[in-house]
Amino acid sequence: MNNDDKLILGGHEFDSRFILGSGKYSLRLIEAAVQHAGAQIITLAVRRANTKEQESILDHIPQGVTLLPNTSGARTAQEAVRIARLARELGCGDFVKIEIMKDSKYLLPDNAETVKATEILSKEGFVVMPYMYPDLYTARDLVNAGAAAVMPLASPIGSNKGLATKDFIQILIDEIDLPIIVDAGIGRPSQACEAMEMGAAAVMANTALATAGDLPVMAKAFRQAIEAGRSAYLAGLGRVITRGASASDPLTGFLRD
Amino acid sequence: MDNSFFVDSAHLSKEALEKKHRLENDPSFRKNHMEYLEGMEVLQSDICQKVMAQMKSYDYAKYTAKDVKAVLEHETCSIEDFKALLSPAAEPFLEQMAQRARLETSKHFGNTVYIFTPLYIANYCENYCVYCGFNCYNDINRMKLSEQQIEHEMKVIADSGMEEILILTGESRAKSDVKYIGEACKLARKYFRMVGLEIYPVNTDEYKYLHECGADYVTVFQETYDSDRYEQLHLFGHKRVWPYRFDAQERAILGGMRGVAFSALLGLADFRKDALATAMHVYYLQRKYPHVEMSLSCPRLRPIKNNDTINPLEVHEKQLCQIICAYRIFLPYVGITVSSRESARFRNGIVKIAATKISAGVSTGIGDHESKYTGKEADAPEGDEQFEIDDGRSLGTMYKDIEGEGLQPVLNDYLYV
Repeated sequence: MNNDDKLILGGHEFDSRFILGSGKYSLRLIEAAVQHAGAQIITLAVRRANTKEQESILDHIPQGVTLLPNTSGARTAQEAVRIARLARELGCGDFVKIEIMKDSKYLLPDNAETVKATEILSKEGFVVMPYMYPDLYTARDLVNAGAAAVMPLASPIGSNKGLATKDFIQILIDEIDLPIIVDAGIGRPSQACEAMEMGAAAVMANTALATAGDLPVMAKAFRQAIEAGRSAYLAGLGRVITRGASASDPLTGFLRD
Repeated sequence: MDNSFFVDSAHLSKEALEKKHRLENDPSFRKNHMEYLEGMEVLQSDICQKVMAQMKSYDYAKYTAKDVKAVLEHETCSIEDFKALLSPAAEPFLEQMAQRARLETSKHFGNTVYIFTPLYIANYCENYCVYCGFNCYNDINRMKLSEQQIEHEMKVIADSGMEEILILTGESRAKSDVKYIGEACKLARKYFRMVGLEIYPVNTDEYKYLHECGADYVTVFQETYDSDRYEQLHLFGHKRVWPYRFDAQERAILGGMRGVAFSALLGLADFRKDALATAMHVYYLQRKYPHVEMSLSCPRLRPIKNNDTINPLEVHEKQLCQIICAYRIFLPYVGITVSSRESARFRNGIVKIAATKISAGVSTGIGDHESKYTGKEADAPEGDEQFEIDDGRSLGTMYKDIEGEGLQPVLNDYLYV
């Protein structure tokens, strides 16, 4: 891998392109993500950090790992802003992942509220990473609102269903000049690899690891898949014939200079 | 075969006994249970009608093993699928249902199990609900904690490490008014990360007030969704009004509560129909209010003081497990609470399948946390319990036991916003 190939978020450089999502947390998961998946960024639900001494996740985050507090539990932009400020007060740093959900069943993000929160928090100096439903107009609004990356969902959170929104994520990758980080729904290393081949800047996962039979082995598999996908993207994928055959003689061979 | 609910106390006056017997034996002496009492808000809502239509048309005898097998092959679970899973035909498939339920639980909740504790602040009650230890004719020690006593109890509980509390009262507006409960909520917010309420149903503006006082989750048990059966069990008092109780969660949502919890008390009526109605209540409200967090409880009837024969009849552990698995498969995103009414053995097993929330350090009595938590002799009178608990594990023991099962105990996953 080219050593100059860095993931840059809000001026910060990262070698790893795997981000551990929050939700299903345990000490073993964090250890596996850092040691075996090479994660340098770990998402943290502020509502879980906001606990007393026994089990604060903050105590389990290894040195040198960047915390990405998220605003899960927020249902409006205003609530997300308050959670982000609380995270900063708790000492979680300036990164924030915006999650605004007004649906307790599918936990789908509210794009309009997300844009509003992004605008407020980026003005306050946060490195804002908004979780969103892959929509081109929203992505452009997020760019204008000062986002540091755009994080479209691959499929409903926790579903492990893979790249259900593949075509729309590809549009974001093609059109948006910010890192596109595929978030939510990635269930297998092969799906992470596919996202990276498409040109995603990074992949976020949690459930896929948390529910795996052997956590460290699955963590390693994700790292390898993400590296393979990234290399393939950088190398430029070979020609893929999707329909019919390709004529060996050029169609324009009859033309003369 | 039904439970024998009626118990006469030697302490009741002749007049009181006479009234009690008339209530028990003469349906015409009882108020119309479908009629609202003065002051009760009437909500214009279509939820009840939808739930009742599902319950009334549910014929669980028509499902076959073939239907159940097909359901277990489906990727998602429709209402019709859920009905099959609750049917007797699904009983032989309990292990497969548990496997599927565990998968759904792990997708939505990982391996986390939330721990909370209830705090009863008063056991006065103005209702005659024949199965409940707090009923107004039952001879028990009555008590209402003062604000100082509430704070003392909360300190004892918070010192044990608990971060979520559920405040309960008997259903007496006269003895435990909304203001009193509101003050308890304000105190609770000083000591806990999350405050829930399980009190008599109130109007929307009162839920709003309690929300402002710090409560964010409201639990109301419908007891039974069969209104005719409900009439035979809730003989007197405002709790007798079945439709007002039905709409309690919706009023709590309109009052700004973040989450609501539901339950039927299994063993009172046809448990399959009650389980169906409970889940449909959640299902339709979730569609109407998608932002709200919902959870389900699944209590079974328990013995009470002065009547140790009360039991959940045909709802044995296997049936309870079937209901919980069916709930999980149909509503994978809802929390499921299993109370200390169940044994430690059952709770240890069910958290590995579908339950996501359990209580620990439980007392259903009044003002007795210090004596129960520290073993210290009580220096003040204590109020009697609502029902007998089975699993008496402390927070510390519960925490270790959950970890021992390979799960992750969680004391708080909540943020007031």
